Amino acid sequence: MAVEKRVVFRSAWLPWALIAPQALVIGVFFFWPAAQAILQSVQQQDAFGISTEWVGFANFQRIFSDPSYIESFKTTAIFSLLVAVGGIVLSLLLAVFADRVVRGALAYKTLLIWPYAVAPAVAGVLWLFMFAPSIGVVSYGLRQMGISWNSLLNANDAMTLIVLAAIWKQISYNFLFFLAGLNSIPKSLIEAAAIDGARPWRRFWTIVFPLLSPTTFFLLVINIVYAFFDTFGIIDAATEGGPGKDTAVLVYKVYYDGFKALDLGGSAAQSVVLMAIVVTLTVIQFRFVEKKVNY
Amino acid sequence: MKSKFFVITTTFALAFGAGTAHAQTEIQWWHAMGGPLGEWVNDLAKGYNESQKDYKVVPTFKGSYPETLTAGIAAFRAGNAPDILQVFEVGTATMMASKGAIVPVGKVMKDSGLPFDPTSYVSAVAGYYTAPNGQMLSMPFNSSTTIFYYNKDAFKAAGLDPSKPPATWAEVALAAAKLKASGQACPFTTSWISWTQLESFSAWHNVEFATKGNGMGGTDARLKFNGPLQVRHIQDLENMAKQGLFVYKGRDNKADATFPSGECAMITASAGLLGAVKKNAKFDFGIAPLPYYQDVPGAPQNTVIGGASLWVMSGKPADHYKGVASFFNYLSSPDVQSASHKRTGYLPITTAAFKLTDSSGFYKQNPGADVAVNQMIRKTTDKSRGIRLGNFLQIRTIIDEELEQVWAGKAEAKAALDKAVTRGNEQLERFQAANKS
Repeated sequence: MAVEKRVVFRSAWLPWALIAPQALVIGVFFFWPAAQAILQSVQQQDAFGISTEWVGFANFQRIFSDPSYIESFKTTAIFSLLVAVGGIVLSLLLAVFADRVVRGALAYKTLLIWPYAVAPAVAGVLWLFMFAPSIGVVSYGLRQMGISWNSLLNANDAMTLIVLAAIWKQISYNFLFFLAGLNSIPKSLIEAAAIDGARPWRRFWTIVFPLLSPTTFFLLVINIVYAFFDTFGIIDAATEGGPGKDTAVLVYKVYYDGFKALDLGGSAAQSVVLMAIVVTLTVIQFRFVEKKVNY
Repeated sequence: MKSKFFVITTTFALAFGAGTAHAQTEIQWWHAMGGPLGEWVNDLAKGYNESQKDYKVVPTFKGSYPETLTAGIAAFRAGNAPDILQVFEVGTATMMASKGAIVPVGKVMKDSGLPFDPTSYVSAVAGYYTAPNGQMLSMPFNSSTTIFYYNKDAFKAAGLDPSKPPATWAEVALAAAKLKASGQACPFTTSWISWTQLESFSAWHNVEFATKGNGMGGTDARLKFNGPLQVRHIQDLENMAKQGLFVYKGRDNKADATFPSGECAMITASAGLLGAVKKNAKFDFGIAPLPYYQDVPGAPQNTVIGGASLWVMSGKPADHYKGVASFFNYLSSPDVQSASHKRTGYLPITTAAFKLTDSSGFYKQNPGADVAVNQMIRKTTDKSRGIRLGNFLQIRTIIDEELEQVWAGKAEAKAALDKAVTRGNEQLERFQAANKS
């Protein structure tokens, strides 16, 4: 390992002054709400905040004894795995194709990036319209083909709908990173392998994919966090957690219990649990998966 | 001399002029009425503002009922509540339990000195928003109830008599079968399924939805809608669903749009849907009372109130409350009430307004427009006065979820209702614990 270069700031206050605005934003928008969630999770309040009662871990006990909460762990695990793996695989495929294309490359790349600009709620509504059992264009097509589609009542159909919408939205982001990653692989390596007689499939798995591993690892972390949190807008617009509670992922339950059911203590307890899960997942990923990454 | 006089007069004029301009107190009104109903709200505010100069009511659309309630709560916590908040009937227990957050309407009206007679309000409507001690807590505003709409053109095409709507559930099933045979993909659907098929259904048949007079008697009430009659009804709906006669179109009022569009031929929905139906339906439609089971003694009784009421938030300056009282007085006047009722399909809240509408011949010219009113004015028993339960929104969602399992064919009616009662009772226990006072 080379000796680390250290930059020394001679001024005692300048570094703090430069960091201050960013630290303030993080403090106000991340740490303060997180602290408040932890505070509210050990309290039982009425909706208007007029009476506050300390209840210790009672909220946590209550949520863990609720079978629908345990159920939503399973739902969230299935959902985030499908979204993360599906999103990464699809965008890798598209990036590899886009990399090989010569004519119209710019057009493909532009079109593939556009979905990222769509707001999550809008994406949810878009897909809802296409797949709505009574009026959707795609549902009509499916019915013509003899496939019955009812995302209002069929849990698998509803899950398919939100997974599709969530992947669609995230493809652009993954695609961009994969494309950049592919571009950074030296052409000489690939050419050398081609000269040695390696077929494209072999070239991909032995050279391209390992060299893409930092990107893939990064995107895995980002996609899992995305599936846990940013998909709320899509789920609320498309299925509202239904049918029953079959698409109620953890973050949706937090919203529902806090804002519709006005159970602020329970909702805060769920947020704390959710925060702990994502932090743990990220730590695990950095500790164990990163070891496999070749930088 | 002349110029000095001119200056003095101008100064006085400006002082007085400026004084009157500042005297108008703004009353903030947050509501959940969108579309044609939003226009109705704006017209009400405009009418009031033009009728006097002291106060100006400013209505603001805040989204759906739950969104409006959440916005009101958040604003209150931030010390920035509106003067008037429209809260749906499901949120009544929550509002009633937060004694520090609201000022009872009875108190506001009494303090203002304006004439206020609680008995002039239709008892089934006002009773719902009245405390056990008789004080009116909120002002009924858009009170609806559950009624039955049907597509007369579709009836004709199916060989049914369009002037004879089905009166019993057996007749509904028969009509649905004929409609399906004539090519209707969606013979019957329902909006607000818990409200129409369990809550109102129970009251209509004088059967308990929950103990303690459906929750009116205290927070220790518990759910009872898994009784034999309700199980029978959900079983019947399940059978209809299996044959494609009853098609589930989603939660809350998602099914509303399917009737005026012609997609579904029969629907049990809110009386407040009438405005949208009148505006958008390109076919002849009819209104009828909610169907019932004729072998149940005492049926039909009356149906349960829906819609929303206006709550007055606490912590506002005294002159705001005078303005609120004056606005409520305006809203309750027979002319305004009668016009609102005719325009929207919501119930007239005072008996005087009902009589005025009746004497104007409106009901003769619009047969079916008095269905909602008749359903609410029949004699009430302690089982049919209305439902007031804590955490009611969660309970309704629980009912939606469990019934969805029935329509999807994953659960039987009795098991689903039993599960809903168990889960719902947990919510009631939690509400009781959180509001021990």
